[in-house]
Order: sequence, then C-alpha cells, then structure tokens
Amino acid sequence: MSKINSFVVVLALLLVAVMPFSVMAQEELTIQGSSTVLPIAQKAAEVYMEQNSDVNISVRGGGSGNGIAALIDGAVDIADASRFVKQAEVQAAVENGIYPVPHRVAMDGIAVVVNPANSVEELSLEDIKSIYTGEATNWSEFGGPDMEIVVVSRDSSSGTFEVFNEITLGKERLTKAALLQASNGAVAGVVSDTEGAIGYVGLGYLSDSLKAVKVNGVLPSNATVASGEFPIARPLFMFTDGWPEGLTARFINFILSAEGQALVKEQGFVPLH
Amino acid sequence: MLNWKTKEKIIKNILLFFAFSSILFLTGIIIVLFKEGAPIFSKVGILEFLFTSDWYPTYDPPGYGIFNLLSGSIVVTIGAMVIAVPFGVASAIHIAYILPKKFKNIVKPTIEMLAGVPSVIYGLFGMKILGPFLREVFGLPTGLTALNAMIMLGIMALPTIVSLAEDAITAVPQNFRDASLALGANRLETMFRVILPTASSGIVTAVILGMGRAIGETMTVLMVAGGASLFPSNILKPVRPMTATIAAEMGEAPVGSEHYQALFGIAIILFLITLIFNIFADFAQQRFKKKVSGE
Repeated sequence: MSKINSFVVVLALLLVAVMPFSVMAQEELTIQGSSTVLPIAQKAAEVYMEQNSDVNISVRGGGSGNGIAALIDGAVDIADASRFVKQAEVQAAVENGIYPVPHRVAMDGIAVVVNPANSVEELSLEDIKSIYTGEATNWSEFGGPDMEIVVVSRDSSSGTFEVFNEITLGKERLTKAALLQASNGAVAGVVSDTEGAIGYVGLGYLSDSLKAVKVNGVLPSNATVASGEFPIARPLFMFTDGWPEGLTARFINFILSAEGQALVKEQGFVPLH
Repeated sequence: MLNWKTKEKIIKNILLFFAFSSILFLTGIIIVLFKEGAPIFSKVGILEFLFTSDWYPTYDPPGYGIFNLLSGSIVVTIGAMVIAVPFGVASAIHIAYILPKKFKNIVKPTIEMLAGVPSVIYGLFGMKILGPFLREVFGLPTGLTALNAMIMLGIMALPTIVSLAEDAITAVPQNFRDASLALGANRLETMFRVILPTASSGIVTAVILGMGRAIGETMTVLMVAGGASLFPSNILKPVRPMTATIAAEMGEAPVGSEHYQALFGIAIILFLITLIFNIFADFAQQRFKKKVSGE
C-alpha cells in the first residue's frame, strides 16, 4: 500500500513540474529539414523568439528528404532543404493536398583551400575531381612543388561534404586516403598546419592561414557565389505549404530581411543581398 | 504522518532503486544499442559488415564495411599497449619495491592525476605538438597518423596500468618475498621469479583495463589519428578508428536511416569488444585473488 502511495506522490510532483509548460498558450511554428540550413533556421528562430515572446518555434534537422516528407504529411510548417524539391515529392504532396512553395533563403558556397606555402593558385573542377578520387597524388601535376597531396575532407554525413561531393565528384567515390575531419574548423586547422594539404570549407571559414584557390578561374567570394559565377555553390531553400500566411510568412520575411540575412552571413553562408 | 515502519520501507526501496540503477542503465544501453543497430546486420549481413572495407555510408549505393575502421581501432590499441605496458609495468615495479614510501605517496597520486586530464587536452597536444614533431622526424606529409594516436593513447592508458599493476605487486604477500630472499635469491631474482609471476594475473587485469581505455577513447583519436579509412598497413599513415567514425558522423546522420543504424552497429561491435575485455579482466582478477590468498 505504502509503495503505491509514494508512487502516486512522485507522479503528482512530476505533473506539477511539467504543467506550466503546457498551459501557456503560444503561437507555434515547426521547422524540420536539411542539417545545412539548420544553423540558419536555429539562429533565426532564436532571435525571432527573443523579439516575440508569444511565439514558440521548434527547429529540427534530419535531412532535406525528411523535412520535405514531414511537410507533405502536414507535420511541419516549414521544410528546410539544401536541394530543390523532386518531381516525385511534388506528386506525393499534391495528392495530399499540399503545395510546396520554395523560398530561397541563402546561398551556400564552398571554397577549396590549400596551405599558404603552396604555390598552386588555380585548379579546375576536373583537377579537384582527380585529387579527391585519389588519381592525382602530387602537387607537381598541377604546377606546384614536388610534394605529396594530403587530401582533407569533411565526414561523409555533413552537408558541406554533400555539396562538394555532388558538384566536384559526381557519382565517384572519395579516396579512402582522405583525412576526414568533423568540422569546418578542423579542416581549416589541418590545412593551415600541413604544407601539402588541400581541403574545402564554407566561405565563413576563410582566413589568412588558408589560401583559397581559383576554381575554373574564379576566386570564391560572397559576390561570385551570389552571382553564380563560382562553381561550387548552391541555393538553400525553405519550403512552405502554399504561399505562407500568418506566423510562417512573418518568419520567412524575417529571414529575408536585412536583419535575417545578417544572421545568414554570421552563420557562414552567403546572404542573398 | 507515516509511521516509522513505512518510512523505513520507503527509504529501503529508494536505496534499492539507486543500488540497482547502474544495472538499469546498462540494460537500457544494451536495449537501445541493439534496437537501433541490429537491423543493419540483417540488411548488410554481419560478415559483410565486419569484413569488407568500403565505408561509404552516404553514397548511392552505400558501402557499410567497417573492416578498415575495426582494424584501425585494433592496431592503434595494440600500438598503445606496446608503448604503455613496458613503461607502466616498470613504473609499477619501481614504485612498489624500490621507491621509498615517502616518495611513493607523491609519485603514485601524480601518475594517477594523468587519468584526470581531459582527453581533448591530449588531443590538442597530439595535434599541435606531437603531430608536427612526427612530421619533421619521419619526413611525412602529415603528422596525424596511427603512430601519433598510439603514443597519445599509450600515455592515456599509463595511469590505469601503473596504478592497478602497482596494487597487484604490492598485494603479493610479504612472506613470499621473505621466503625467496631466505632461500638465497637476490632481489632481482626475487622480483622476476617470485613477485612478478605471482602478480602476473593482476598485471594482466591492469593491461586489459588499459586496453579498454584505449579502444574506447574517442576525442583524442578523432583529433590525432587523421581520419582516413585506410587499412592500417603502415603506422605512419592516417587511420580512422571506430569511435572517431561514430563521433564524427552521428550528429548529421538522419535518425533511423541505414547510416544511423550502421553507426549503432559499430557501437555494438565496440561494446562487445570492451565487454570481452572486462570479462577477461575480471577472470584474471579472480585468479590473482586466489593466488595471493595462497589457495
């Protein structure tokens, strides 16, 4: 008997502790999708919630595919995606009475970097492909010093890897000799410490201890990424069901505003304007 | 108010809960590991998973072969032991038998403090100091290699090995030593023919637990091992141990995807390896206890 009593007491206490969270009525917005867009969505949500205390925005990652699937199911208000919606997804959505509308929120550009001591200034997409597939292993093949190339890459589940891989390698596999690093910062660290290294980082990570090479003759910068001249770049999207209204519209407008685009830049992406 | 009997009962039950909570946690971990990870074994096939070496989890078609990662972990652990065992056992002998007691009380806690240094600090040291040093010495393109990881893990396993091996040597009864000396053996002979053989299973326990520490270490290897999924045929090349793979990829693997399951699959393998280590360590410990109690 006493056991049951104490159990009830504990349950009651738990309920009391949890209650305040559920009774406060708030406007809700749920966002899910690409882990590349996640930092933008998260930061924007934080700032937006600070300014509007009656709003509750929950942001989750899980990948572009999962985000769009959730939008099709009507489970989320906004789906983040680092790619455009696929034809099959549009069909599934329309069958469910959902009309995915894309909103371009930022550009994502990736600079190819080498150690500042390396004399190589320019590589073509073909050169980069042959380096990252392991075909080319010495800098002398590209007019550099006779030095082994140390290939540095992001781990294969990162969004940065995904873009880089898609644009430079296509369907081919990354060489097994590539040093896989878990963050943009780690890649930058290894490349700046290793004379023969080549790596790639988001534009926000460029610094004096790295040298960005021209790709197909174009130096990476916010301007060349935004204009589409720099080849290793892609737009990032947020999808909504139909033309957004209410809180969804206000939130997307916030991201597209000058303040929102400043946050985009702060997270290492290229703003739209 | 509750009477004292019910109060006592409640307190008893609460204590019982806390006492069994670690078992509860362990069971929880095992259940989650197998629930999340086991599906990959049926999808890929356990032999395929363990003995093929294409780890391309995000490609189409994906490759889920962990052989290079598994051998990376094993080679790095063995290398760490090659470094840590001689140093560790020698220090243990010195501390237990040669060092005067007043120094022992300073030296042993100092070595044990090594165990308290956060692994990210070992990682930084390996990355920024040992890495460039190895690169210079061996003329390598990069100092982030299996050897770097071996040295760092060797240092990290030292306190475990020194501390436990010293305990084992000290636990050999004084009369074993007295008897040996009385029979005319000198101190060296006593040490190598009597003390060490008696303490051997205790030292084995120390080494196995040190191995457990090395194979499970994550942050340091993530930072210093280089992270290339090559077969570790040359210790001057980068490797990618299992723990580093899980740590680097789990954050962005979609929950419930095959990649996610494969990472849990690696965790299961890692868990089983450390479990086997612990069982062996426990077994050696039991033998040691029997030996020194003179049965």
